[in-house]
Amino acid sequence: MKNYFYKNEETHPLTWRIKKFKKPIFIDEYERKRGYLAFKFALKNLSPDEVISIIKDSKLKGRGGGGFLTGEKWSLIPKKNYFGKKYLLCNADEMEPGTYKDKFLMEKIPHLLLEGILLSAYAIQASCSYIFLREEYFFSKNLLEKSILEAKKKKYIGKNILNSGFNMEIFIHTGAGRYICGEETALINSLEGKRPNPRVKPPFPSQSGLWNKPTCVNNVETLSNVPAIILNGSKWYKNISKNNDTGTKLMGFSGKVKKPGIWELPFGITSREILEDYAGGMQDGYKLKAWFPGGAGTGILIEHYLDISMDFNSLSLVGSRLGTGICIAVDDKINIVSLLLNIEIFFSRESCGWCTPCREGLPWSVKILKDLKNKKGRIGDIEILEEICKNLSVGKTFCAFAPGAISPLYNAIKYFRKEFEDGINFNLPVVKNKISGIQSNNLNNI
Amino acid sequence: MINEKEKEFILKELEKYENSDAVVVESLKFVQKRLRWISLETMSEISKIISVPVSKIESIATFYNQIFRKPVGKNVIKYCDGVVCYINGYKKIKNAISKHLNICDGCTTKDNNFTLIPICCLGNCDNSPTIMINENLFSNITVKSVVNILESIK
Ligand code: SF4
Ligand code: FES
Repeated sequence: MKNYFYKNEETHPLTWRIKKFKKPIFIDEYERKRGYLAFKFALKNLSPDEVISIIKDSKLKGRGGGGFLTGEKWSLIPKKNYFGKKYLLCNADEMEPGTYKDKFLMEKIPHLLLEGILLSAYAIQASCSYIFLREEYFFSKNLLEKSILEAKKKKYIGKNILNSGFNMEIFIHTGAGRYICGEETALINSLEGKRPNPRVKPPFPSQSGLWNKPTCVNNVETLSNVPAIILNGSKWYKNISKNNDTGTKLMGFSGKVKKPGIWELPFGITSREILEDYAGGMQDGYKLKAWFPGGAGTGILIEHYLDISMDFNSLSLVGSRLGTGICIAVDDKINIVSLLLNIEIFFSRESCGWCTPCREGLPWSVKILKDLKNKKGRIGDIEILEEICKNLSVGKTFCAFAPGAISPLYNAIKYFRKEFEDGINFNLPVVKNKISGIQSNNLNNI
Repeated sequence: MINEKEKEFILKELEKYENSDAVVVESLKFVQKRLRWISLETMSEISKIISVPVSKIESIATFYNQIFRKPVGKNVIKYCDGVVCYINGYKKIKNAISKHLNICDGCTTKDNNFTLIPICCLGNCDNSPTIMINENLFSNITVKSVVNILESIK
């Protein structure tokens, strides 16, 4: 194992500045450690197109879960400013159960995000940016507010920044607690003061987003990667990873592991390495039963797959997703049906309710899982769950929420069918053929 | 009743956005801080300040789970019921709170001091189980420590 504990600028572009784990880094320290250099360099020496082409060349992928190429996304934004204004939105509405990476970055090194926003806005020539922040991240909000003031004083934010002619304002907008706001178009609706249902695409936000202006939405971690790429070049960025996905990723493990936490690691490292070398393995008395690669909305996997490389492609080949890259360990004391009940209650609570399969299917799965957990399941229940999974899969619903919501369930049935069968009471009458498509949303007795 | 300070805040917020709908959430939250909930009257007052129809404000107020449509206690306890906190035993913590304060989910104590509600992952999973009281986050909670925390707030 190569040891990634010893950080330097070359290997840890996101976290090398963070030495003491307690204190956030403010502007003086940030600048001392080569902060805002990339931004100043770009303003002076690079055209917006050149910035885009460097990011394109670096193959940086979005770190919010989707994994779309950032440079490509930027180049979809119209070059000419036909509409008077363009927007860059920073998605900081982190709510995926089991994920704490954006919070980590905002709380430790807020200026890195601000520099990333400035560079990205310069690249697409946006003049206004909103950081859509989750309401409960009060601490992040205070730090970001303070940092924005600091950056304004240094003339990094505002009008005619460093006499370059580039104008940029950054605002913080806080949400009010709905998971769906993390979806790109729902986020735009929410910001506009509408109900945050996802929007029909096309038109894509790059053409008509916030207030019908060209809009780009990037995640906190994605934006935080930009300064180092501009400073050190795309070739370097490609080389720090161990495989085809370029760069580093915040990865972690939580659950009953010895040292739950988060580390900046290159793509291609295996989850076994993270679990054993960084998280210190399972706590005494607990054994690993299953794990999630990146939050509750990614397919659950068994130990067999621990040696899989942590990257977008490898994980999708085994029927899961990288998601947010923050793993969760499920130990042997946890009953899988109860765990899935917890997850599906969350998803059914957070569905925006716009489309029928998601609005009705998730509460139905909750009802069945609850029965199975209480050993009151009926013959046919597992098949109904499978049918629900099918009806909520990719392409069947309006947005990616539903496929994310049922992928852990789908995999759990695949790997732990026995535990589901254990919940069936064979004395109860068979229901399967009586239901045939009529959906139940009786949530009364959850 | 919305006071002058709140009105000023709302009008100032307007400068950040291209239309006045965008300030609805922030306005509701700001007023809620003092009043502890959003009544129909509050909504119609906000509606007058920013000229957004009450029906629209209500449709937003009912969508978000941190906008309270009935009065909550002085201290709002949010316990994380996310999957990691589930693995680490949030239920025990929640039961301890319920028992200590004698309240159920979504309920408020008789003295209006505490309200208990669930919340999804607080992004503190590496220090789970977690609860948040008002704006303060508490990490690695145990059944014992949670009672001490509640006592210290009374
Ligand atoms: S899939 Fe679910 S969350 Fe997405 S639009 Fe449909 S109802 Fe809303
Ligand atoms: S699951 Fe409770 S803090 Fe993340």
